[in-house]
Amino acid sequence: MEMTEIQRQIIILTQEGIPITSSPYKDISHQLGITEEEVVKQIKLMKDLDIIRRFGASIGHRDIGITANAMCVWNVPDEDVEDVGRLMATIDDVTHCYARPRHPGWPYNIFTMVHSYTRDDCLAIAKEISKLTGIDNYKVMFSEKEFKKTGIRL
Amino acid sequence: MIQLDKIDKKLLNLIQLDFPLDIYPFRILADKVGISEDEVIKRMQRLKEEGAIRRIGPIINSRNTGLVGTLVALKVPEDRTEQIAELINSYPEVSHNYLRPGDYNLWFTLSAPNSERLQEILEELRQEAQCPMMDLPTIQLFKIGVKFKIK
Repeated sequence: MEMTEIQRQIIILTQEGIPITSSPYKDISHQLGITEEEVVKQIKLMKDLDIIRRFGASIGHRDIGITANAMCVWNVPDEDVEDVGRLMATIDDVTHCYARPRHPGWPYNIFTMVHSYTRDDCLAIAKEISKLTGIDNYKVMFSEKEFKKTGIRL
Repeated sequence: MIQLDKIDKKLLNLIQLDFPLDIYPFRILADKVGISEDEVIKRMQRLKEEGAIRRIGPIINSRNTGLVGTLVALKVPEDRTEQIAELINSYPEVSHNYLRPGDYNLWFTLSAPNSERLQEILEELRQEAQCPMMDLPTIQLFKIGVKFKIK
């Protein structure tokens, strides 16, 4: 999917966050020499084209008490990856779910991220996922320290 | 920790997935929540200042923007984690970087404009860190819908 130059510029001008003012697209529209309506129209279009996954707020989840973040890794038989991955993705507390390659000494091939208020919550959610999918070879890895967290930037 | 009342929580749950795409988004939010636009703006400015909102903007789809990404795990001796984490963070292509328990203890995500640049960064890190590394690119994406349920 090729982006137009104006779309690329809109992403660059909004990716650090739009201002919280009544007309948040005013400055951007001036800079680009288009109307505010056109800026919004292009954002909608990029959403439809899946250039933008979503347009919205990124939450400082730690600052509001959602401090537990667990990467759960699962050893799933290759032939079941598709079904199990889809099933795991249906669970609300699972924010991310990916199939990734195994490595020598690393048998885990599905990765899910679980965020919640406490570590116990995360462990309970992992147990639930295990029960739901029948996969009991898994590991829960909490984050002990956040060295960096930003969004992907152009 | 940031104190949130009912209206703050309602706003936070609303703006993660369904931030109104309109030239006056806060006016629409005001109608949905039943308070004035000024109050929405005042509350959201506080939430941003205090860190509950990091930013309001696009979450880009790295695939459709031509970026290539991966998840990388490094096995780093405990006394070098800070130093190597700093090295990893020095790349603007790195978006997340966490210390996790286990042999492979540094976990970071990386996206670059093309796979040559991605491989170049991995090679530089291999050289600099001299630690075992696992490159774990996505084979299949089942979900990426970061929305936190604020209770």
